[in-house]
Amino acid sequence: MAPSIETRQLTKSYGQFTALSGLDLNIQGTKCVGFLGPNGAGKTTTMKILTGLIRATEGTALINGVDVVKDKKAAMASCTTIIETPEIYPSLTPKEALSMLCEIRGVPRQERSKTIDEVLARVKMSEWADKKVGGFSKGMKQRVNVASTLLSDPEVIILDEPSSGLDPRGMSEVRDIVMSLKDRLVFMSSHLLAEVTEVCQEVAMIDHGKLLVYDTIENVTAKFAGGGGAVEVSFAGDVDEPLRARVSKLPGVTSTTKSNDRHLIVKFDPAAVTQDKLLESVAGLKAGALTFTRASGLEDAYLSLIKETL
Amino acid sequence: MSDESKSVVGSLAHVGITAKYNFLNYFRARRFYVMLAIIVIITGLLTTLVGYYRPPSFVGGDALGFYGAGWGSFASFVVVLSAAFFGGDAISGEFQNRTGYFLVPNPIRRSAIYVGKWLAALAASTIILGVFALAMLANGLFYFPGSIPWEFVESFAFAWVYLVAAMSLAFAFSSLFKSSSISILMSVILLLFVFNVIDTVASLVAGIEPWFSITYAAGIISDVLNVPYPAHKVVTSLGAGRRFTLAQFHATIPEGLLILGVYFVVMAVLGLVLFERKEFTS
Ligand SMILES: Nc1ncnc2c1ncn2[C@@H]1O[C@H](COP(=O)(O)OP(=O)(O)OP(=O)(O)O)[C@@H](O)[C@H]1O
Ligand SMILES: [Mg+2]
Repeated sequence: MAPSIETRQLTKSYGQFTALSGLDLNIQGTKCVGFLGPNGAGKTTTMKILTGLIRATEGTALINGVDVVKDKKAAMASCTTIIETPEIYPSLTPKEALSMLCEIRGVPRQERSKTIDEVLARVKMSEWADKKVGGFSKGMKQRVNVASTLLSDPEVIILDEPSSGLDPRGMSEVRDIVMSLKDRLVFMSSHLLAEVTEVCQEVAMIDHGKLLVYDTIENVTAKFAGGGGAVEVSFAGDVDEPLRARVSKLPGVTSTTKSNDRHLIVKFDPAAVTQDKLLESVAGLKAGALTFTRASGLEDAYLSLIKETL
Repeated sequence: MSDESKSVVGSLAHVGITAKYNFLNYFRARRFYVMLAIIVIITGLLTTLVGYYRPPSFVGGDALGFYGAGWGSFASFVVVLSAAFFGGDAISGEFQNRTGYFLVPNPIRRSAIYVGKWLAALAASTIILGVFALAMLANGLFYFPGSIPWEFVESFAFAWVYLVAAMSLAFAFSSLFKSSSISILMSVILLLFVFNVIDTVASLVAGIEPWFSITYAAGIISDVLNVPYPAHKVVTSLGAGRRFTLAQFHATIPEGLLILGVYFVVMAVLGLVLFERKEFTS
């Protein structure tokens, strides 16, 4: 049977506040699925319910067809996870912490030390294998957490912002690890759209606890990126309202959105203006434009789907 | 997928695994050595003060009197302190320190984690209590060489039963609160002060037996060192015409063990239910 993650009418309320409302998601097969959405959309909440860290107010969550509430032991038997940078008992070494998980997960005794050496090597932590975790930096701990998800040959891996706290090399190493996870279902939340584009084949986007779309990256891009183009322009100074208005009035520009203090996402109609002409006219404003990059298709789709919350 | 190489691990085995690694963590942590240092200080002070001043309450009578004054006065204190130290944040720490995020999302029941941690904390505390008992025994044998009174052995056993009940209570508190320091503090305050005040108020003021109190039951630890065993109820009359009466109660041994047993069971169930329902939210 192919690995699967399924939520049915998943709802989570905190008092009056609804963090998740009736989320229906059905992911089947071996692939990598990116889980996207703005801060507070409910990504971590969904993943916590899936792994038995919290309970849904209503609805069910299943891993490989097993209800996590009814039988967490069976549901988690071939699922590993990192949610919100876990901590490890500080006086244990990575080797000990990982052998605790090996024992819990039923990795045969004779395979344990080989498996642990392998996974520590993959996250470049071999030389720290026998040092106490208590003295590790955040990123070093996260590397051990990543190593822990590779133990016991899981079919489903749920990762909540796995590259959080990692240095640039660490991030790229985690990307490589995720891409090397063939024959598994990886469900990964991330704000790094470039990372998602690189490692995932499909994306699920949520906002305000509701599923907006779940499809392949190509389909999502084709459907929601719009026929138009989009570029991101960075400026030397802060983008203020008058500057945004001036850019909006440039020929062919259909909309502008600030993505942060100094960045502006500029959408344009390719029929009215080509990208090179747009670059010239942005530069012509003499407003301190520094860089001019084509936004990726996924980023474009994300921005058009989730613009209301920006 | 190589499902054949993976075996399903039973919950009993999970209890053992959790206990093993938690004990390892306790045994290496500073806290264990702070607790040992406290024991060394208490016994060191007792040994030097008794050796220097030779107070009659310790060495004036027989061996039982010595154990009553030394072990009998401090055993409950050591029990409470180690239960609070090792159990008071056992569960809340998993939430506050986020170690639960590493352990809980695995094919393991929360109850197995709870019981495993409980056993580890009990083992660490038993070592502390044992060290204290051995130190008292060494002193006792120095002043009263020859034999170890049977009542001291009984008293140690009762202290251990109290430890089991107190650990259960501390764990329940650690499941109730989110903050480690609050759950430790609550366990200490409750076991060292609140219950004692309740005992006193109930017996002296209201004249009722505090059968509902864990510290009342723990009285058997020192009472057993009194021969003959204190009467269940002692009434003192005072004032003009002896109009005021003060009652003082001593739990009998079966009664004391029963109360401690009930505390153990009730608190274990309560703590487990709380932990099962507790959510990992930050
Ligand atoms: N314990 C809690 N009490 C009240 N509200 C909560 C609690 N935990 C989460 N929430 C709310 O639930 C919503 C969803 O949070 P969640 O952590 O799932 O978001 P997220 O999509 O993971 O966001 P981010 O990208 O910032 O990690 C948020 O609005 C948050 O404020
Ligand atoms: Mg999150």
